[in-house]
Amino acid sequence: MATSESPAVRRRDGVAVIDLAGDVNRGAEDALDAAWQQAVAEPPDAVVLNFESAGYINSTGIAVIVGLLARARAAGIEVRAYGLTPHYREIFEITRLADFMAINPDEDSAVSGAEGSRDA
Amino acid sequence: MTGSLTKTFRRRLRRTPAEEHAVEETPATGADEAAPIDIAPNDPLLAFLQSATGAVDVEALELDSPALAELKAAGVKLAVPLVSQGELIGVLNLGPRLSEQEYSSDDRKLLDNLAAQAAPALRVGQLVRQQQAEAITRQRFEQELEVAKLIQQNFLPKQLPELSGWQVAAYYRPAREVGGDFYDVIPLPEGKVGFVVGDVTDKGVPAALVMAATRSVLRASAQRLVNPGETLERVNEHLCPDMPEKMFVTCLYGVLDPETGHFRFANAGHDLPYVKTADGSEELRARGMPLGLMPGMPYEEKETVLQPGDSLLLHSDGIVEAHSPEREMFGFPRLKQCVADYPGGGELIDRVLSDLHAHTGPDAEQEDDITMVTLQRSPGAAHMANGAVPAAELVTEFEVPSAEGNERLAIERVVAAIDGLGIAESRLERLKTAVGEATMNAMEHGSRYREDRPVSIRVLTGDGLVRVQITDLGGARPEKEHEVPDLEAKLEGLQRPRGWGLFLIENMVDETRETSDGEHHTLELGLRLEGGNDGDE
Repeated sequence: MATSESPAVRRRDGVAVIDLAGDVNRGAEDALDAAWQQAVAEPPDAVVLNFESAGYINSTGIAVIVGLLARARAAGIEVRAYGLTPHYREIFEITRLADFMAINPDEDSAVSGAEGSRDA
Repeated sequence: MTGSLTKTFRRRLRRTPAEEHAVEETPATGADEAAPIDIAPNDPLLAFLQSATGAVDVEALELDSPALAELKAAGVKLAVPLVSQGELIGVLNLGPRLSEQEYSSDDRKLLDNLAAQAAPALRVGQLVRQQQAEAITRQRFEQELEVAKLIQQNFLPKQLPELSGWQVAAYYRPAREVGGDFYDVIPLPEGKVGFVVGDVTDKGVPAALVMAATRSVLRASAQRLVNPGETLERVNEHLCPDMPEKMFVTCLYGVLDPETGHFRFANAGHDLPYVKTADGSEELRARGMPLGLMPGMPYEEKETVLQPGDSLLLHSDGIVEAHSPEREMFGFPRLKQCVADYPGGGELIDRVLSDLHAHTGPDAEQEDDITMVTLQRSPGAAHMANGAVPAAELVTEFEVPSAEGNERLAIERVVAAIDGLGIAESRLERLKTAVGEATMNAMEHGSRYREDRPVSIRVLTGDGLVRVQITDLGGARPEKEHEVPDLEAKLEGLQRPRGWGLFLIENMVDETRETSDGEHHTLELGLRLEGGNDGDE
């Protein structure tokens, strides 16, 4: 069974970076929730999701990310992402997740929010 | 313990050297050499010596004992029992004194003291020697097993042939003691292929050597002779003169014509193969004696035609003769049922093994070698002689138990099956996502994650498409409304966050088709091998 490892949370230039590890699916929900709590404990300028070490992402994982985005919107926190493979980047576009979460090519651009931002 | 240690005591006469050089064949009559005297386990002398408190005057002893009579005849005067920890481990036998006087009480005391000290030392020596012998036996046994395994493995096919329109799979697992199972797949003239499954009686190195010889003779004969019956006759003639006593070989040999599905076979006393047809499963019978028993044996030859969709299982007795903890054999009827119930090919092997392990229990040691060779003809794939690709060719067919996470298994097997079709990486990724989502849906909605309601998956190619059919047992479920996920609504909490599965599937592949027959529900995914639906990249 695919279960996700607990993502690590670190801060960089006032931005909280959540390093996802392992599969992103239903089983990742609790761990990602905990990471989110940690990331916003001290309000960050933005939250960046790092998918570089993420594995298989399925529809239940997308639902988990949707839930996270909903909380971010309610709290008025911007979410950005980087490290997606072309395939998952395509999925984020098809599902329009990319409309609500800037997809960046690397960590630097994701942290600075310099590029990839879209109108939400 | 007592029996084995006290069976043979050595008779000692005067002036016997400390280190024995017993010549067991020649009885010592007045010579310096000692010969062993056997004391039978039920001889009363044994009990007497065991309980004696010291040196025993042999001439004065009256017992109905063959060993005592032998001692007397050999001129033994005194027998001093060597007892260690209450166990009689030897006897010191003495002839008359050199002075021809009787043994004095001092002599006896000295001998008793000597015996008391010698016995434990002798016992230690015996134990050390026994352990050394056991260690050597064990080591030799392990080495033999290694050699036997090496021979076996060297003579099994390194790879199986790829036959268009056919799926060939094989499984071989030796028991710890390495039986004499073997199998072989032999390329023959005119595109035909020979299939062999055999079993040599006996185990270990002797069985492995006979197996190697049989395989070589069979390979050589098969090339020269067309008919399997004749081939087995020839092999039997070759093997008979040199076959070790009480050994023989059972063997099923069949020749497949992949073009037509004709399977011509002969059987040298081997377990009958099973063929799965549209009507269930049946044995393929042909008469013949095992190889190596008697020269001049005829081998009946039979033929069957494997129709598209049929599959064949050749096997060894390690499966049917495996026992449950209650000592019930797996048995032929159960194996026959497996063939009838399960898909063919590699999937059949997996399912039989899983049933077998359920039968024997998880901790059982494998009793005998297990060998299976399966041969499956793709359904609807009448092979075309001109090499054209048939309209739809079954690439693989398998089942996954409905358990969370098993969509990964489905993905892996589909990917492995279509490896080599040259599908671009990006399109392969899409298919993987679609297969994963469709399998998850089938396991969840069709099978409610019950492992006894597996999801079956078929992969077909043809018309420039790869098609994956994912079938569950939820055919009676009400048609689900296909809600188009609206991310805004989800983010506002107006729609549940889930509900992406079908949406993803439809966006990942070129075609989808849903069918249901009241019992089964199938979702077919179609992905073009090249191009299409790639526009946004």
